[in-house]
Amino acid sequence: MTEDREISYTHMDVLQEVSNIGLGNAATSLAELLKKRIDISVPRATFLEMEELFPLVGDLEDPVACVNLSFDGDIAGVIMFIFTENSAYRLIDMLLEQAVGTTEGLDAMGESVIIEIGNVLSGSFMNAISDMTGLTMRATVPLFAFDMMGAILSASLVASGHWDGQVLLIETIFMQSKEQIKGHFLLLPETGAIDRLFSVLGIPAEG
Amino acid sequence: MQLKRAQGMMARQSVYSTTGFAEIQVGIAELKVARQPDRLITYSLGSCVGVSLYDPLMKVGGLLHIMLPDSTQFNDVNKPAKFADLGIPLLLREVRRRGARKANLQAKMVGGAQMFSGANKRFDLDIGKRNGLMARQVLRKMGIGIYAEELGGNRGRTMILDTFSGQVFIRMAGSPVKVI
Repeated sequence: MTEDREISYTHMDVLQEVSNIGLGNAATSLAELLKKRIDISVPRATFLEMEELFPLVGDLEDPVACVNLSFDGDIAGVIMFIFTENSAYRLIDMLLEQAVGTTEGLDAMGESVIIEIGNVLSGSFMNAISDMTGLTMRATVPLFAFDMMGAILSASLVASGHWDGQVLLIETIFMQSKEQIKGHFLLLPETGAIDRLFSVLGIPAEG
Repeated sequence: MQLKRAQGMMARQSVYSTTGFAEIQVGIAELKVARQPDRLITYSLGSCVGVSLYDPLMKVGGLLHIMLPDSTQFNDVNKPAKFADLGIPLLLREVRRRGARKANLQAKMVGGAQMFSGANKRFDLDIGKRNGLMARQVLRKMGIGIYAEELGGNRGRTMILDTFSGQVFIRMAGSPVKVI
């Protein structure tokens, strides 16, 4: 369920590199979708206590839009995209080709836009990992929430079984022209997923 | 009338003023106890449930933030305050240690929402509901009256216990503060 152990620098480097390729691909897809330049920060891979996740994402009561997907296949885990409220509105405006500032609340249309963006991002992320490793990953139906960050993140961690001990977090920030859009990507792999990834890449599991 | 005005003042004070009392934060899977005039606050309950116990005579209160209903399903329990079945008895012990009498205690519960829309069998989306049911059952078994509760729905909630009045304030994104 969760992994409580030390991991070597080499392994962290590999995870970061793999994530960088996957997220680079995701950012490209988003850029094509929005017809705008998208930058990502260099992904960070860290083992964290569950409680330490929250301050990385923001203030507990901040309203955020979240798309939550699980994936299974050769490796399994959970992917979350968390966008700040304003970023979510701007994404909707950009995708619907409206003037920025048009969207001021979240309706059913806006919700499906955000879910679709989550689908595109996670799909291209998983494709890149699959191409690199030959491992198959299938996404399940996305879940959506728009509310306080702390409530969404804790509910997601509990519902996906990542509520205890340490979680492996791979995190990046998506940005579009000077933080107009800011989103967090969180990847929480299931136990065994990382060892599987290392072995496919020809890296000994313990290093 | 006078009471009503006082309640109105309390509600406003909780939003606009932090003078005169300390606001003590209770983290996820934690519990804390305070005495008047201090307040206990736990942020952003989603599927988690906040349980407060308050003695209106001794003016002592405690607040607990549970994540899961039942510790007996797990082998390794490092934080009892994470679970309804272990956290609530622990909360009772702590408020009694600070002078509360069991017979006076009033319990209030907030949270237990289902935050995500959509269906996915890999996610345990029912956990909020089960947290609330278990908390209620544990309180009943211990013989503590539940004075008010605000459970379920699909909204995140911040819960504040005022140990001066015993009132619980509930804050939700984009909504006025609710008092129970």
